Amino acid sequence: MNTKQYIDRSSGWLPERPGAGIAVSSRIRLARNLRDDPFPGWAGESECTRIWEQLRDVLLDCPALGNAQAVAMEKLSTLDKLVLFERHLISREQAERKQGAGAVIRDDEVVAVMVNEEDHLRLQCILPGLAIEQAWDLANQLDTEIEAHVDYAFTPKLGYLTACPSNVGTGMRVSVMLHVPGLVLMNEINAVIKGMARIGLAVRGLWGEGSESTGNMYQVSNQMTLGEGEDKIVDNFGRIVQEIIEHEQHARWRLFETNEALVHDRAGRALGILLHAHILTSKEVLDLLSDLRLGIDMGIVKLKTERIINDLLILTQPGHLQKVEGRRLKTHERDVARALLVRSRMNAALYEQE
Amino acid sequence: MIGRHELILVWIIDSNHMKCELCKATEATIHLTQVVDGAVKKVHFCEACAAKSGFDVHGPMSITDILLGLGDAAVPQEPELRARERACPRCHLRRTDFKKSGRLGCPACYEAFADELMPVIKAMHRNEQHRGKVPEREQERFRTTQEMENLEAELQAAIEEERFEEAARIRDVLQTLRTQQTAGRPES
Repeated sequence: MNTKQYIDRSSGWLPERPGAGIAVSSRIRLARNLRDDPFPGWAGESECTRIWEQLRDVLLDCPALGNAQAVAMEKLSTLDKLVLFERHLISREQAERKQGAGAVIRDDEVVAVMVNEEDHLRLQCILPGLAIEQAWDLANQLDTEIEAHVDYAFTPKLGYLTACPSNVGTGMRVSVMLHVPGLVLMNEINAVIKGMARIGLAVRGLWGEGSESTGNMYQVSNQMTLGEGEDKIVDNFGRIVQEIIEHEQHARWRLFETNEALVHDRAGRALGILLHAHILTSKEVLDLLSDLRLGIDMGIVKLKTERIINDLLILTQPGHLQKVEGRRLKTHERDVARALLVRSRMNAALYEQE
Repeated sequence: MIGRHELILVWIIDSNHMKCELCKATEATIHLTQVVDGAVKKVHFCEACAAKSGFDVHGPMSITDILLGLGDAAVPQEPELRARERACPRCHLRRTDFKKSGRLGCPACYEAFADELMPVIKAMHRNEQHRGKVPEREQERFRTTQEMENLEAELQAAIEEERFEEAARIRDVLQTLRTQQTAGRPES
């Protein structure tokens, strides 16, 4: 597989319009294991290879995966793995695996399955905007199709058994990526994080576990997977996210009332730098895109193609930049290449007809 | 220090130009967000100081790792001690293997280490009974198990209330279900 095909198009899970919502994307992940095999971390290489081949064939036959491509990790270059990681199609851990691990990715990137990551199967469904229920429906459908062919590790008491006890039960992790500049600028984000921790939710950065929250993007997810049904988890989670969204909206209004000039200034500066800078770090771009996104949401900035804001989130990442250039780039070279890419895309989005 | 935190997030990033809070010399690359007794705290360490404080600097430390008490398990060096150590009968994962990685070896490990795992699972999820989706293939067995649990409760009540005839009847039904379940189970 060559990930070049992905580079020239938008991620299936990023919305057409950034102004469409504070919730950028919604994701459901299900962890599943085979009843009679050791978990991937404890199984030997040959066992993993056998399991990967078995599950790959099962997955490729699932209607819910439609047209899908199966890729073995050992056949991917480091750069191609990085591209898949940046598009949220595989995890950092999966990218480090080689023999006996793989991924099956639906052509539109909405549904993807990792085989032999921490668990035998990690089913993922990502949709743009706030669409947790739809994501659960898709993941559930795929899961039901798979279970017709394999025996899952399951007990009536603990539900789906997983390599880590933190995932037992439903094996389900629900997460939503939120853009909350209002809460950050109004200094209310810590209170929100605190509140979410108290009700058992985790808050992470844009690229999941171990990533910092850049560009005012936070990924909120459930931690507890045992004891409640999927529908109830999805329902409760959706309600909490809705509350955070309302909180963010209020924060934005108050921000606008108390300091309208600040919002204009940030959006204007962001636009200026993105249009004219020649050196841009990844963090700087994410922060500027956040300011610009807020400007668009508040009706201050108008772009001809708003999709660009979301596309640039992914395209300015190191893997994507190097894939476009077709070679390894050092940090400084990346910053220069990044600025060039941003300049040309931003000019097109502002001045050219679609 | 660890133990009372409701949530710990570790962010590793190298472009913040912040000095380590402990040695105040090296650049901080580990950024911790902790919720301690309801208050959000942020701390910034360099890799060396973080390692000295007992944090796993190579991976984000999660509430799971803390609950499992990872890192505090010394692997017995003596061969006879290691041989006597408890292991999963199916995949032979040892207790210390699990303590080291925080990951179990196979589905059977849940039963092999149940006495240690169940309190952890209960603390993590604040629950100990699955109430979600059941695979089609398991549904039959699941229904039987639930029915048996209900019957056992009824049996207990009947005995306590000295309704012995009913108790005998319930015991017979239970016996039949038990035989059916064992017979219907696949070999492994």
